Amino acid sequence: MSGESTELLAMYEQMAVIRRTEKAAYDLFLAGLVKGTTHLASGHEAVAVGASFALRPDDYVFATYRGHHHAIARGATPEACLAELMQKATGLCKGKGGSMHLTWAPGNMLGSYAIVGAHLPIAVGAAWSAHLRGTSQVAVAFFGDGATNIGAFHEALNLASIWKLPVIFVCENNFYMEYTAIGSVTAADHPAADRAPAYRIPAKIIDGNDVIVVRDTVAEAAARARAGEGPTVIEAETYRHYGHSRTDPAKYRPAEEVERWLKHDPIDVARARLEALGVTPETIKSIDERADAIVAAAIDAAKNAPAADVREALTDVWADGGSAWRT
Amino acid sequence: MAETEIITYREAVAEGIAREMRRDPTVVCLGEDIAAAEGVFKTTVGLLKEFGPRRVWDTPISEQAIVGAAMGAAMTGMRPVAEIMFSDFFAVCWDYVANEIPKARYMTGGQVTVPLVLRTANGGGLGFGAQHSQAVENWALTIPGLKIVAPSTPADVIGLMAASIRSDDPVIFCEHKGLFASKGPKPPEGHVVELGKANIVREGSDVTIVALAATVPTALTAAERLAAEGVSAEVIDLRCLIPMDLTTVLTSVGKTSRLITVEENPHQGGWGATLVSVVVDEGFQLLDAPVKRVASENVPLPFADTLEEAVIPTVDKVVAAVKAVVNF
Ligand SMILES: Cc1ncc(C[n+]2csc(CCOP(=O)(O)OP(=O)(O)O)c2C)c(N)n1
Ligand SMILES: [Mg+2]
Repeated sequence: MSGESTELLAMYEQMAVIRRTEKAAYDLFLAGLVKGTTHLASGHEAVAVGASFALRPDDYVFATYRGHHHAIARGATPEACLAELMQKATGLCKGKGGSMHLTWAPGNMLGSYAIVGAHLPIAVGAAWSAHLRGTSQVAVAFFGDGATNIGAFHEALNLASIWKLPVIFVCENNFYMEYTAIGSVTAADHPAADRAPAYRIPAKIIDGNDVIVVRDTVAEAAARARAGEGPTVIEAETYRHYGHSRTDPAKYRPAEEVERWLKHDPIDVARARLEALGVTPETIKSIDERADAIVAAAIDAAKNAPAADVREALTDVWADGGSAWRT
Repeated sequence: MAETEIITYREAVAEGIAREMRRDPTVVCLGEDIAAAEGVFKTTVGLLKEFGPRRVWDTPISEQAIVGAAMGAAMTGMRPVAEIMFSDFFAVCWDYVANEIPKARYMTGGQVTVPLVLRTANGGGLGFGAQHSQAVENWALTIPGLKIVAPSTPADVIGLMAASIRSDDPVIFCEHKGLFASKGPKPPEGHVVELGKANIVREGSDVTIVALAATVPTALTAAERLAAEGVSAEVIDLRCLIPMDLTTVLTSVGKTSRLITVEENPHQGGWGATLVSVVVDEGFQLLDAPVKRVASENVPLPFADTLEEAVIPTVDKVVAAVKAVVNF
């Protein structure tokens, strides 16, 4: 198999694992084993996986509350993600974060942020730090189309541009905020890309459901960033398969639109590309089965893991591990 | 014997930062007008000259980007010192102060550390009006995960700045505008004041007055006047709101049996309320009189000096409060 087929197959596998993990999160929510809320990324897999394959392991990634795919793409296990959703001691954040705050510091996936747009300046700061330390690391902020109308987005783009920082702003444009179409509240056709030139930042609008396109676009932006040429905005068009959160049936989206996007499923796109490269259906099937097995085992392990340790409730506020406010 | 050098509170800010920048290359500064212009309050004088543009950064007027970038840098190996020009402007980047910086360590299960200092010019006394004069320490007091520092002397500015920058926890560092011109001895190199250790700045036996930042000199002047009238007041400079040194306060109240707090924030929601609640709980039997809090009125800070004086704690108000508890 060619190098490209091998890499594409690896990306395909990761997307398949994410898809199954999200399905598990949905089912576990319905079964009452996941509480609170979830914002599933089914349909967005190619953005996370393509970007991750273009980045170095020491690059920084910042995601939103819709961030399970980014945690997994950076190396967090489905088991630790599901365990976190299920309030288990073995969860990524020991049960203190939940679905909206998945974080995997060993993969420099430095958090999922649930205040819309907040992490863009934080990613700019990580890029500033990389610049100051001379590490040639880049920072990537993934955010929704809705985030382009909040002040932090604009402050972040301006600062990144004037300081020429190695940061990549990746908008996962799924055309909706929670229940409102982005186009109906935005004075721009392309919510991220159209704003970038005002800050002298180059922008690209891409098919966010084609993992190869995402990988290559992010790779180019990362190369620019490492060469000291500053930030890039990438608007990756994609679509969520589930509703906004929990069990939202997403009735606000026209049926034809949903159908059109489901026909452009990122996993199908990758499969077609694999077949075009001569990868056999049997090989692809074996990958699908492996993904099934990985996620089935993750569900079992997460279910059987011990509940969050109550003693952890009062730890991790301060660097000394404690939470005391007084003497 | 060499005479002790005297410096202003304002100079102490730059001196405190510079000392830490010399010993730790990961300390960097950012903020509006802090580099070339050396700060609107001249609290960053000499930093750009000594450390250069890679350590001292002028920013646009983007409080969210300033504080957000400081956070991102702190999470990834730097020790940023960010300036918010006036503490009132925390309101435009409050998401970072309330939701991002203090929660990052906890909600990631301890995976990230955010060692940063947010410095700010805080408090009244300079006639800047309602949007540039508030004392906002108590805003931060409601948020688990922030250390809060408010020095009253140049030596403490330097010692607490050292501890704040070296802290692996995020610190809100309130520099009081009304104190910038005040003077005091310059502490020797290596001077560090541990966070969470209050300072008994005047010993006394009849009443404990707990003060912070600009209310410390107010309390000290009141104590002097009271001494002339035969009342012996102990004055505690709390120095930090978090960690709050209640050990020192309770020990003092054990001696004096009476307690007054002097707070620049409005009465409701002030730090004194938190402090007093612990004293009446754990030290109820120590008290011989009701506790009084001298705090600001429930109005935005007015511009005119006479009006401001009517609103914020003054020596007269402290003296009156002390007399009320002493004569109880
Ligand atoms: C500052 C802020 N305002 C509102 C919300 C509530 N909220 C959560 S997600 C969301 C929609 C965001 O849409 P988008 O940025 O397009 O991301 P998507 O959910 O589509 O991935 C809103 C309004 C929030 N979390 N933060
Ligand atoms: Mg969206």
